[in-house]
Amino acid sequence: MSIFAPLNYQLTTSNMSLLSETGRYFLLMKRVFSVPDRWRMFFRQFPKELEKLGLQSLPIVIIISAFIGFIMTMQTKLNTSNPLLPTYTTGLVTRDTLLLEFSSTIMCLILAGKVGSNIASEIGTMRITEQIDALEIMGVNSASYLILPKIAAFVVMMPFLVIFSMAVGIGGGYFVGLFTNILTTGDYLLGIQYAFVPFYVFYSILKSVIFAFIISSVASYYGYYAYGGALDVGKASTNAVVNGSILILFFNILITNLMLN
Amino acid sequence: MIEVKNVNKSFDGNHVLKNISAVFETGKTNMIIGQSGSGKTVLMKSIIGLHRIDSGRIEYDGRNLPDMKMNEIRILRREVGMLFQGSALFDSLSVLENVMYPLEMFSPTSVAEMKERAIFCLRHVDLAEKAYNLAPSEISGGMQKRVAIARAIALQPKYLFCDEPNSGLDPKTSLIIDQLIHEVTHKFNITTIINSHDMNSVMEIGENIIFIEKGEKAWQGNKNDIFHVDNEALNDFVFASELYKQVRKVNQ
Repeated sequence: MSIFAPLNYQLTTSNMSLLSETGRYFLLMKRVFSVPDRWRMFFRQFPKELEKLGLQSLPIVIIISAFIGFIMTMQTKLNTSNPLLPTYTTGLVTRDTLLLEFSSTIMCLILAGKVGSNIASEIGTMRITEQIDALEIMGVNSASYLILPKIAAFVVMMPFLVIFSMAVGIGGGYFVGLFTNILTTGDYLLGIQYAFVPFYVFYSILKSVIFAFIISSVASYYGYYAYGGALDVGKASTNAVVNGSILILFFNILITNLMLN
Repeated sequence: MIEVKNVNKSFDGNHVLKNISAVFETGKTNMIIGQSGSGKTVLMKSIIGLHRIDSGRIEYDGRNLPDMKMNEIRILRREVGMLFQGSALFDSLSVLENVMYPLEMFSPTSVAEMKERAIFCLRHVDLAEKAYNLAPSEISGGMQKRVAIARAIALQPKYLFCDEPNSGLDPKTSLIIDQLIHEVTHKFNITTIINSHDMNSVMEIGENIIFIEKGEKAWQGNKNDIFHVDNEALNDFVFASELYKQVRKVNQ
């Protein structure tokens, strides 16, 4: 027998595990996107999720975007002190970086941590305390009842969070001009208006909507299939964040290649 | 009536339920008893449909559960109430909302009527009115069990399942919960199945008892017969405590 046999075996089993996990994820999504047992119950949950997953994420989005906008403007200006570069370069770079990557991808990676762990731990705790079993015994489609409002609410809220992030990030850069002597506000304002491509905003929002779906559905999947005790809910939460983040990075490449190439 | 016929269930080659047949009668408190690991929880979960059995029949008044599609199982489950070991009340809802929940999901009545029904159920289990708007975490374990019973009977189920209903409760509260289950079963003519290893419960409300030993049905009878059985495993189980050893001596 080849000395690589155990390795081959491991690869085969991990591939099988990946395939079965993917299959189980899609089967869960099939249950999630079936018609709710009662629309009234869905519309009662939906605003609560909008508030919990969307509005409660706003403070962290504002704080991080403002500081990143500020520091990105400073770093760009301090590291591109070439007299051949036009003065508006700093504003332009800050704007395009925020629009293209930060406010959608990086912000979604941060939200994968906050929202993803929140969803996975909430549903995971319901699983281990038999609350999901109680729903199933009542004849409720627990996947649709618990997960659909979360995915719908987060997907709806994400474009607003991204737009907020863009606005606050660009505002953060403006404060560099206002409170330091690194660059002038005039140069910055010129930079953020120069060669503006509106499609970038659409691209960013579309990306974020897909990422919102990934974050909420992957976290729900790990929470829904959690088993054991508190430690296992913690593991489910970690898996949700790690795998959600990896999928975001993968889909970022895919979407960028499709839309900007 | 629930009838279980030649039920087998294995997990990864481990034969957990071995050809079990039993009848759980309507209007009676049917108990599944046995030591930890004997297979009683697997049997109960198989009857409810949380485990898919390998072979056999599980008939709810003639309707065979393993033959049903998921949608049919869901419809059947609306006739089922369940009391979980840890109560399984929804954390995000108040006590009253917990009891209203199944009504809101499946009852065509107005919100006022649902509330009225929920309050009726909560009064029936003798829960203090001041607890109605509290969260489940703010009430005691005994009160949580009462709320869980109220929720289980809210939709007037034909079948009631109780998994270790006395787990974590003091003897007095356990007795109250047992009596409540017994009363509800008789009053509403429900087929009740209780999974327990609490001998006090068995002696209090055991009208039809099934003893499971290593995945097999080892004995079936009622609480009056249980002291006079020539079954070593059952005697080990029943007379494990000093109290019941004394009871046997007195009986002899």
